[in-house]
Formats: sequence, C-alpha cells, structure tokens
Amino acid sequence: MFENVAQLWDQLPLIIRIVASILVITVPLLIGMAMLTYFERKVMAAMQLRQGPALVGPWGLLQAFADGLKLLGKEVIIPAGANRVVFVAAPMLTFLLALVAWAVIPFGKGLVLADINVGVLYLFAISSLGVYGIIMAGWASNSKYAFLGGLRAAAQMVSYEVSIGLVIITVLLCVGSLNLSKIVEAQKGLWFFIPLFPMFIIFFISALAETNRAPFDLPEGESELSGGFNVEYSSMAFALFFLGEYINMILMSGMTSILFLGGWLPPLDIAPLNWIPGPLWFILKICFCLFCFIWVRATLPRYRYDQLMRLGWKVFLPFSLIWVVLTAGVLVYFDLLPK
Amino acid sequence: MATTNVATQTGAGIAVAGQPGEVQIKPLTMNFGPQHPAAHGVLRLVMEMDGEIVERADPHIGLLHRGTEKLIEYKTYTQATPYFDRLDYVSPMSMEHTWVLSVEKLLGIVPPKRGQYIRVLYAELTRVLNHLLNLTTFALDVGALTPALWGFEEREKLMEFYERVSGARMHANYFRPGGVNLDLPAGLADDIFEYTERFPKFYNDLETLLTENRVFKQRTVDIGVVSAADALAWGFSGPMLRGSNVAWDLRKAQPYDSYEEFDFDIPVGLTGDCYARYLVRMEEMKQSISIMRQALDKLSKTPGPVKVNDRKVTPPSRGEMKRSMESLIHHFKLYTEGYHVPAGETYTATESPKGELGVYLVSDGTNRPYRCKIRPTGFSHLQAMDFMSKGHMLADAVAIIGSMDIVFGEIDR
Repeated sequence: MFENVAQLWDQLPLIIRIVASILVITVPLLIGMAMLTYFERKVMAAMQLRQGPALVGPWGLLQAFADGLKLLGKEVIIPAGANRVVFVAAPMLTFLLALVAWAVIPFGKGLVLADINVGVLYLFAISSLGVYGIIMAGWASNSKYAFLGGLRAAAQMVSYEVSIGLVIITVLLCVGSLNLSKIVEAQKGLWFFIPLFPMFIIFFISALAETNRAPFDLPEGESELSGGFNVEYSSMAFALFFLGEYINMILMSGMTSILFLGGWLPPLDIAPLNWIPGPLWFILKICFCLFCFIWVRATLPRYRYDQLMRLGWKVFLPFSLIWVVLTAGVLVYFDLLPK
Repeated sequence: MATTNVATQTGAGIAVAGQPGEVQIKPLTMNFGPQHPAAHGVLRLVMEMDGEIVERADPHIGLLHRGTEKLIEYKTYTQATPYFDRLDYVSPMSMEHTWVLSVEKLLGIVPPKRGQYIRVLYAELTRVLNHLLNLTTFALDVGALTPALWGFEEREKLMEFYERVSGARMHANYFRPGGVNLDLPAGLADDIFEYTERFPKFYNDLETLLTENRVFKQRTVDIGVVSAADALAWGFSGPMLRGSNVAWDLRKAQPYDSYEEFDFDIPVGLTGDCYARYLVRMEEMKQSISIMRQALDKLSKTPGPVKVNDRKVTPPSRGEMKRSMESLIHHFKLYTEGYHVPAGETYTATESPKGELGVYLVSDGTNRPYRCKIRPTGFSHLQAMDFMSKGHMLADAVAIIGSMDIVFGEIDR
C-alpha cells in the first residue's frame, strides 16, 4: 500500500509535489510558532511564580490563536511621516525570510525540501538578510525610537554573524561538506557539542543575539526604546514581525541541533532510543534549545549597546578565530580531515 | 569655538559659520516619556543625544500635579492625612508619618509608647514595601524580568498587613496625630513576626538573581556616579546620599518615635554609582526587618493605649461614644470641625524610604493649616538627572532613573 502511495506521489506534477511539501513544513511550523509563544509564557510564568495563560481553551492552549486573531482584527496604522512602501514591505520581508530558510532544514533522513550541497551557506545568507527587515522598519517608521532600534539591530546582527560564521567553519572543517544532512550524518557516534563545546556555547549566545532575544534584545529594548523598531507597527504588520522573530528562534534552535546536537540522530544508537523516529528527536532537541532561550530571557538583564558590541568583537570573534585555527591544526596534524 | 560652546549649551544645534564646509551636526532630540515604560509614572525627559550618548537630559515635571498642598489648606488636620498617602503611593505610611509628627509637634503632644512602636513597625514595613518595588523595577529597567514578579509577590503579603491593620491595601490613613487609629488586631503581630522569619529566603533568592549577576553589574557599576560633595550640594537624602558614602540617616541623626531605642546600622555605599545604591537598599531591607522584629518584641512587652488620651485631639472609641454624651460631643466636634492647633510653625522631617521627607507646617490657630509645604525627596534627586546621565548611553539613563527611586505622586504633589 505504501508503495502505491509512493508511486502516486511520483506521478504527481512537480509543482503540486513542491507546494504540498511546503505546506507540510510551513503549517506545522506556524502552529509550532503559536505553541512556542504559549510555551514561553508558561515557562516564564512558572519561573516568575505566576500561572500564565490559563483561560482560553484547555490550560490556555488556545491563547496564542486568540492573540493572533485579535491582532488580525486591529486597524493597520501607518504613520503620516512614514515611507509607506518600505513600511509595509519590512514586516513582509522579515516573515518571508524567516520561512524561506526552512527549505534546507533536514527533519530526518532524506526528509528535506531542498537537499542542496550549499545548505549552510544558504542558511547563512538568509539569516544575514533578516536584518534588512528590521533596518527598513526602523528607517521607514520615521520615528526616533524606531530609528535607534533599527540602527542597533543592524550593528548587532552584523557583528554576531561574523562569529557565527567562524563557528560554522569549525563544524565544516570537521564534516567536509556544506550539506546539512551530511553534517548530521557526520555526528553519528559523537555529537559535535562534545569536541567543540566552546563553539557550541558561542553559537548559542550568538543565536540569541542574531534573533534579538534577551539579553540582546536591544533593537526592541522595551525599557529604553519602548519597542524599538516595531514601535509604530500595529495589527498584522506587527504580528508578522512577531511571527518572524519566533520562527527565527525555532530556526536558530534547529541550526544548533543540526550543527552540534546531532540533528535527528538519537543520543545513542541502541534499542529503546532508536525506536523513536528521527524527526521527533529533532523536535525534542529544538524544544530543549527553545527552553534555554526562554530560560535566559527570564534570568538575565539586558546588555547595553556598547557592551554587546564589545562581547561580539573583542571576545567572541578572537576566540572563535583561534578555535578555527586550533581545530584546523588538530585535524591536519592527526590526519583526521574528512576525505 | 566660543560660538560652538553656546550652541551645545543651548542645544539648538545652530550651524556655525566657521570654516567653510564645516557642518554642525544637530543633536537628536528625544522625548522620553511621559508615556514610556521606564519613566516610572509620568516623567518626561527631553534628551539631546549624540547617537546613543545622552548629552543633556531635561526633566519636565508637573504631569501629576494635584495641588495637594493647597487642598490641605482647606481641610482639617484629620482630613489632611489621606492626602499624604497619595504623595508617595509606594510607601504611604511613611508619608503619613511626617505629617502626624509635624502636627504633634505643633500640638505639643507625644503619643504613648505602644503607638510609637506600632508606627515604627509600620514605617519599617513600608520601607521594605518601597525598596521591594524600587529594586525590582530597577532590575526591570535594566532588562531583568523576573525580580519584578517575585518582588510583587512579597509586596502583596506586606500589603495584606496594611489591610489587616487599616482596611486598605495602599492608602491606609492609619497613622493619626497622637498615635495610630486602632491597635493591632489579634494575631497580626504573630503573622508579621512569621513573615520576618520567611523574608530572608526571598532575600537570598533575589540576591542570587541580581547581586553577583555579571550582566547586572555591568549595567550598574560606575553608572550615574555621584560624589559625596555633589550629593550634599544637590540636596540628596536617603539611599541616594548613603550610596555616595555619607552616613546620614534621620532615624539616627534626630530620632523620632523612639527610634533611639532600636538597634540598627546605616549601610553606606562607597562608590556612589547605581550598584552602590542598589546594595544600600538591599541592606536597608535587612535592617528594616531587624527593626520590625525589635518593634514586635517591644510591642509584646508594652500594653496600653495606642493614641494620646486627650479627647480634644483623638476621638473616643466607638463603644465609649455610644455610652457617654460627652464622648459623643467630642466625636462630633472632632469629625466636623476638627481640633484647633496652636499658632506656630514647624519643619518636621522623617527618613522615608526614599530619603528625607519634610513638612513645613504653619498654623494660625484655626482648625486648618495656614500653609503646608511638603519637601519631596525625589524632586532633589530628579534635578540631578542631567549631570548624572551626561555622557552615558540611553540605556544608562534608564538605569539611573531606576536607581533614583522617583515616584511622581511625591514630586508633583
């Protein structure tokens, strides 16, 4: 019967197959994003001696959907001084880029929309483009708060991308391929977070900065910029930024899992663990990373702009650079380079 | 060069016709507040900034002005007390404290010991109440979300003690000239004692989140430094002054309400920065809890009335009023006309949680004050905003506001 389904699938026109695959990825992703906001609120509530959302639906599970619907029903306000085209395009761009990146993420063995050989480069490029949405929003709002937020975002995301790039290089050195599935396969036996532990930490912290999450949420800077780049946005435009931010969180967690936590691989390839299907392992690892995102947010104060830059350029960059050299040296010296 | 200086001073950013091709960059003027999450109420700061650097911060006040001082002139002395609750609404009973002491001074009465101890107990409870809000919202200002929620949980417990003694969670109207309104209800003293035993656990939890937190320290150490000389010159008081290494506390310097009988320390900060002020407030909470325990101890050994037994000043109890004609007349007179205060003037100040809160009270011998000038604490602190935040970044200005502990009910009056 499964063969019949597979045959049927192969007979379908390519376009339908692609659209179906996209839907299979994006719809659960959007629902997952909604659940993430719920998860965040519940986890933070538990840490802060509160209850969190509890009224909409069973255990407040439908809260995120209620919030989304509420935002849909709000009036779209475009400030008089704003550049209308850029103002409207910015949230769309943010949301679009957040979704597009998922094309190369392997959820399991062979379960990937586009198994391209430059997957890492593609991801890196897309996440670099992400900053444009925020800069455009900050500039087009024609508001001083938003402008400062946009400037901060630009500086911050660019600086942390550099160290992310170097971290990825160390992983690539160990794998010898830019293909994300190959990166996961290479971790069979030993997940990279063990040999590359410092890089794992740097990658995670940079991921916090890359997604503008606490303690690096300066572009929003709620207590100083009162919302920062999205201060002038309302309704669905705001919701798109929000969606973009959370999908990016999931994406960065996914990247952390793929690069360091062995993607869809079980911790040990033994009986009860390898019964659990790969995608489930992948989701569990993403959830773990997301929990850390939220945990950090509930614990740490916000960095100041110059401290954030100092951390990025003076600590992470030299350290990851040294680590790249070290990794390369060790690999060459002991002749461990992947063939 | 001279013209350039004028331009920066006025902040207008006038283009200077100096060298040809020289462009004067206009500073970015930001309107910080009054509707800003970190403005602690209705502060409006007009900031001139060079990118993220604050060049000038100009506080605008008056958005919560309610004419309290003038209103008090048209109220009897009894009716004026609730206005004080609404000054610094984060520490209501401390505000009442100054008022009742000033009226008592003009009346020439001293409340009985039990009344004084209850006032000390509640004044210190209020100090914890105030510092809990300030420290945790300060943490919120620098971006730490959790302490605020934890602090509010504790504040809720303290407000319950307010409620049990006065019926109101915030605007208590409990202290009265001549003592306090009513004695503590049965069991309250035990519950407060139990609370003081539980408090250290919460205190330690809060410390683990903030005191040694690297990010918190990076955000607060060496930010908004005020030297001892500056602090004195700008009229600082309370933790703001003590944070700058000046051991000045009115509870020690001119004890009121038997504070001389209590054993406590005055914590001082050595550096005068936001972190020092944070540490001072943390230690003050500890000291307050210790004073509360001492007060409870003294209360258990001091039975007796809680307000002076002068029926021309304090109203009779309800039971008495129902039995005795004379008491009924006293009650009626006190709650309609009020009492007459001998002509005179006084400046009375107490160590409120925020610092020196003074009342300059002039009486012309009638039942209403002739003039009541309130010396707010936050006003003198806020005026230092400009020099404290100059050269710092925008995020630091927010931290400085947080460490100042300003409440607009008091500043605007």
